[in-house]
Amino acid sequence: MRLELEKRPERSKVMAVASPIAAVFATLVTGAVIFAVSGVPPLKGLWIFFLEPFSSMWSIEELVVKATPLILIGCGLSLAYRANVWNIGAEGQLTAGALAGAIVPIFFNAWQSPLTLLAMLALGILGGMLWAAIPALLKVRAGANEILVSLMLVYVSQLLLDWLVRGPWRDPHGYNFPKSVSFEDWQTMPTIGDGRLNWGIVLALLAAVSLAVLLRRTMKGFEIRVLGEAPRAGRFAGFSSDRMVIFAFMVSGGLAGLAGVIELTSTVGQLQPNISPGYGFTAIIVAFLGRLDPIGVIVAALMLAVSYLGGEAAQVALGISDKTARVFQGVLLFWVLACDTLILYRIRFVPGLPRGEVAR
Amino acid sequence: MNLELVALQAVLATIVTASTPLLLAALGELVTERSGVLNLGVEGMMVLGAVAGFAVALVTGSPYLGILASALAGAALAVPFGFLTLNLVANQVATGLALTLLGLGLSGLVGEHFVGQPGVRLDKLHLPLLSDIPFVGPILFGQDILVYASLILAFLVYRMIFHSRLGLILRAVGDNHASAHALGYSVIGVRWGAVLFGGALAGLGGGYLSLAYTPQWIENMTAGRGWIALALVVFSSWLPGRLIGGAYLFGAVTILGFYVQGMGVGVPAQLLSSLPYIVTIAALVVISKRRGAARADTPACLGQSFVPDR
Repeated sequence: MRLELEKRPERSKVMAVASPIAAVFATLVTGAVIFAVSGVPPLKGLWIFFLEPFSSMWSIEELVVKATPLILIGCGLSLAYRANVWNIGAEGQLTAGALAGAIVPIFFNAWQSPLTLLAMLALGILGGMLWAAIPALLKVRAGANEILVSLMLVYVSQLLLDWLVRGPWRDPHGYNFPKSVSFEDWQTMPTIGDGRLNWGIVLALLAAVSLAVLLRRTMKGFEIRVLGEAPRAGRFAGFSSDRMVIFAFMVSGGLAGLAGVIELTSTVGQLQPNISPGYGFTAIIVAFLGRLDPIGVIVAALMLAVSYLGGEAAQVALGISDKTARVFQGVLLFWVLACDTLILYRIRFVPGLPRGEVAR
Repeated sequence: MNLELVALQAVLATIVTASTPLLLAALGELVTERSGVLNLGVEGMMVLGAVAGFAVALVTGSPYLGILASALAGAALAVPFGFLTLNLVANQVATGLALTLLGLGLSGLVGEHFVGQPGVRLDKLHLPLLSDIPFVGPILFGQDILVYASLILAFLVYRMIFHSRLGLILRAVGDNHASAHALGYSVIGVRWGAVLFGGALAGLGGGYLSLAYTPQWIENMTAGRGWIALALVVFSSWLPGRLIGGAYLFGAVTILGFYVQGMGVGVPAQLLSSLPYIVTIAALVVISKRRGAARADTPACLGQSFVPDR
């Protein structure tokens, strides 16, 4: 028995929709197996992990809050990956955005006006873009691999943050805790209603819709698709792949920076050594699960947000590790990629020996 | 020996231990990439190898069984990567990232019970007579078995790639998979072998961290070493000899950072900790710029999927 791929005459439209659904289903089955192995009744485990987060208003709001950075980063990464630009350092750009945004409350603590928040958000975007400019420029100027450079910069950004909150940016009245001053009033994101929901989600949805329009309806979107799928054809059409590297890094870095400063001004509220539970990496999964499409990313981000919340719920209710969520996320990406094969290929199981043996 | 010499000896000996995990992981990835497959999951396989090695050594009391377990764990994690990229022609970059995320998650989950437990240390060998040589003896001849194994492996990999039939096939598959297939070689089969070898060595590199370098388990203890190993492969132009030099250079940078920190120089500790990452970036830039003219060493089919035609 061997497995054989047969190329479809064209992309399967059915599979394009069915494959992410199949991937989620396969992940649930894998989840059930993991629960069974760790001694938790599988159905109860799945219920608490994946459905409980929808059971109360509080947790739905929390879901949206967790999805916000994932949408922002996931959209930007989708655009980059479509253009065949591999930015995997969004976590670092998020950190850089948060650092840049924090300049306002730390150095101009008394300034309180709606412009304060605007300045912080703008600086956040700028910070993310600057951090993303490093791998982009090194790629264009020297041909350095953008995957490795952007990833290395994640570690550098986290060490920079660590140094700042323990050293020069530490709150002088903070009893030596590694934290900056707490942000107040216009230094924080206004909430919608009385709960945890804040205006960040509106910005995230705006970004997703704008990118969807850009990808589908503009010349730039066409350029992205051509350079991503057929770089040679793109060069003949006069599209510059160097400029595309810069553009893709600016968009994805800026959005990651925005996500960072939104996290900072809403859920975190001050600089501290940890500001993100790996949103920049989870967003890679979001981008692929959302089929590298900004609207798909919104749905995918909500699903990944469920895994964060479900992980916390399962820890409390079932006593299983909150690290299970990370495993589910990794498994999910595997299944997404495996199911994506079905879009371009038919899979056949053919009886007999591997081909090499037959040929001789 | 005076005090400074003793200190220098200690520094040089630790540089060797800091370099070995990088060399092991990068050597595996070098073979994988020579076959035309880019596996970005080195970090994930390394960290899973680290926890597996630690756990097995702790339970059985034998660091050697730990070594074996770490290699097996790395190879086992490479299996889904191989299946997806080779049999299902999934995107290698994305699948490699998935592997890293999964490895980090799995190791965190498996290792939860082992955090803070004292580990089993892989003992140093003392080669008779040789390790008694003043100064250089302990550095060169008083290391553990994996240090020697990594250097011997590097030599064997070099012999295999450039002076054996297997190496010829490996390079053919990596440089032109269509021709290799037409000649009757199993492209998928060779790549499977290379992926599993890469996984085992990445796992071994991780195992070295938790068994010899710092015998304990800390979550994410690889701290980007898998990614540095990937950069080292580029840095070495896919040549095992240069890889040894590159790995030891990076080991030296890491350790010098620690010692400068220890001497209490007025530089922030975080800056010194970030040195390996910054040096990696700098090295990538230098090497990529120079390589622009002569790209001959890069496996031509690196990162490309292969579907046999009928």
